[in-house]
Amino acid sequence: MTTSKPSGGSTTPEAPPDSTVLTEQTPEAVARRVRARVLELTLKQDGCYLSQALSSAEILATLYTRVLQLAAVPEPLPAPQFTGVPGTVNPSPSGGRFHGEQRPGLDRFLISPAHYAVAIYAALESVGRLEPGAFETFNTDGSTLEMIGAEHSPGFELTTGSFGQALSQSAGIAVVRQRRGEAGRTVVFMSDGELEEGQTWEAAQAVAHYRLNNLILFVDVNGQQVDGLTKDIMSVEPIDARFAAFGWNVVIVNGHDPVAIEHAVTERDGSRPLVVLCYTDTAHGVPYLDARKPNLHYVRPKDDTDRRELRAALTALTGEQA
Amino acid sequence: MIEQQVHARNLVAWAADKPEVCVLSGDLTGSTEIAKFRDAYPDRFFNMGMAEQNMLSWAGGMAREGMVPYLHTFAVFLVRRPYDQLAMSVCYPNLPVKLVGFLPGIMTPGGVTHQAIEDISLMRGMPNMTVLEVGDAADIESVLDVAHEVAGPVYIRMLRGSVPRLFSTPMEFDRVRRLREGSDITVFSSGICTEDTIRACEVLQRHGISATHRHVTTLKPFTDPEVVDAARAGDRLVVTIENHNVIGGLGSAVAERMAEAGVGTQLLRIGLPDQFAHGATAAYLKDEYGISARRIVAAIADRLDVRVDVDDEELSAVEVSAAVDSEQLEAL
Repeated sequence: MTTSKPSGGSTTPEAPPDSTVLTEQTPEAVARRVRARVLELTLKQDGCYLSQALSSAEILATLYTRVLQLAAVPEPLPAPQFTGVPGTVNPSPSGGRFHGEQRPGLDRFLISPAHYAVAIYAALESVGRLEPGAFETFNTDGSTLEMIGAEHSPGFELTTGSFGQALSQSAGIAVVRQRRGEAGRTVVFMSDGELEEGQTWEAAQAVAHYRLNNLILFVDVNGQQVDGLTKDIMSVEPIDARFAAFGWNVVIVNGHDPVAIEHAVTERDGSRPLVVLCYTDTAHGVPYLDARKPNLHYVRPKDDTDRRELRAALTALTGEQA
Repeated sequence: MIEQQVHARNLVAWAADKPEVCVLSGDLTGSTEIAKFRDAYPDRFFNMGMAEQNMLSWAGGMAREGMVPYLHTFAVFLVRRPYDQLAMSVCYPNLPVKLVGFLPGIMTPGGVTHQAIEDISLMRGMPNMTVLEVGDAADIESVLDVAHEVAGPVYIRMLRGSVPRLFSTPMEFDRVRRLREGSDITVFSSGICTEDTIRACEVLQRHGISATHRHVTTLKPFTDPEVVDAARAGDRLVVTIENHNVIGGLGSAVAERMAEAGVGTQLLRIGLPDQFAHGATAAYLKDEYGISARRIVAAIADRLDVRVDVDDEELSAVEVSAAVDSEQLEAL
């Protein structure tokens, strides 16, 4: 199979793979900033997808600072107003540009749970890929930083808000990259609720069948979905045994431990596709929210006590940062 | 003239100089005439098994990397089962993924599970989608060129096995084929219905009803000015004949154009009467649901309040390949 990117694509095969840049920041600091920024926004906009940011902060921070080999962006990129969807006269550019120029030797990072968009935006800002100030446009009319991101939203190369589709789409990307002999990995981030979708398992079997061993899947296993605890609504355990039975290598980590997350990737043997199951806590960093579990899908301050406690949590997070 | 496996041979020859073309099968390789492609280009053939949701999204991923996947399975498994995947992974991003759907309408004894009767309706309502349908061997041989020229997703309502050769020229994007000129009625037909409509129009002519007949191969977009011109040619009645539910397909598309242009002629939509079908031979089902030549003649005569005694032998004796000459004269 010989193929090249369509003209206008951003791949430059001659670029050396060693031009990767991992940020100098620590995953711990980035994770703290992600929590603080999303909590700040939750207070300012009177509600947000906060728990998703709290559970995934270390996963995203570790991926962006220690795992992903992405081309640097010369300076934090602006996020201009939405202009149009694909297929129209003036479509907005791909949100994938925030992950830098695509090159065969570099990784691709594909995000499945679009409800985590606010956490992605905060992470991109924290690692210097998204222009300061853009984050404040979150969920305002005309902004590409939509509440549930689409492929014009920063960080999003795929449109994935309908759950369970990103793994299949990423596998389609990975199989072409495999046939081209590209060394870069295809890294997918998804949420555990998506494991309930049948398509996820269609993709899992096809990824194993086509031996897409350069595909790495990170799952935020926070154990919660809209209606409550996943174990009460539709149990997905044993997740590890299920993936193993489908022919994947499986690693289970504490999803708030950056070192463990990084090691899961550095120690992979590449003999099979890898899934890293990151077990997390939806109130991590804001223990006040423990009492609200499992009703944390969308956190809205309900009264003055909530607002006071959340402000205190924000002060604690930003104080730690300073 | 009846020909066999036109798509199977054509696809192999057509794809020879197109390295970006790959074929995805939904475990129906023999049934969708892609075994020859698999054998000719094994590195461009991907069997995705019985997992259509994954197949649609996967194809979107491949298209993002520069490939042009041609997905082959039965039409119901391309547009009904994985509709959301098609919408979000393929159509929203406007990716060049081409769906080659077999067993349109009643063209299978497989019954309701295998009969795509609302596929055109679904695909016409999908933004960014182009909808093509073939009715003969010449259409089959040219539909891939038309589909490939389209930058975004395309749905092809394809035929397999034995197909008639009605035309001698390639189909053209968003252009109807002219088969007959007349002044009493105007008939638009698509897909397998065109052969029966040719027969019906000839018999009606012998009974004093002259028809303008157009064969439609592009159902979306549907902007050919000839559609409105032809609709105005028939003084008494406009008729649409399709192997599809009467809602959302050719009949609806013609109705929209007529209404927008202010064509006030009455419209008779012939097709599946908004009900699911069942498993039987195509000939039996065509007659049951009113899209056989005999039933077409009867429906038009009834609407015009003209007595026409339909003779099956007379209908089957009509030389449909004559349309080749007619087509050439009218179109060139």
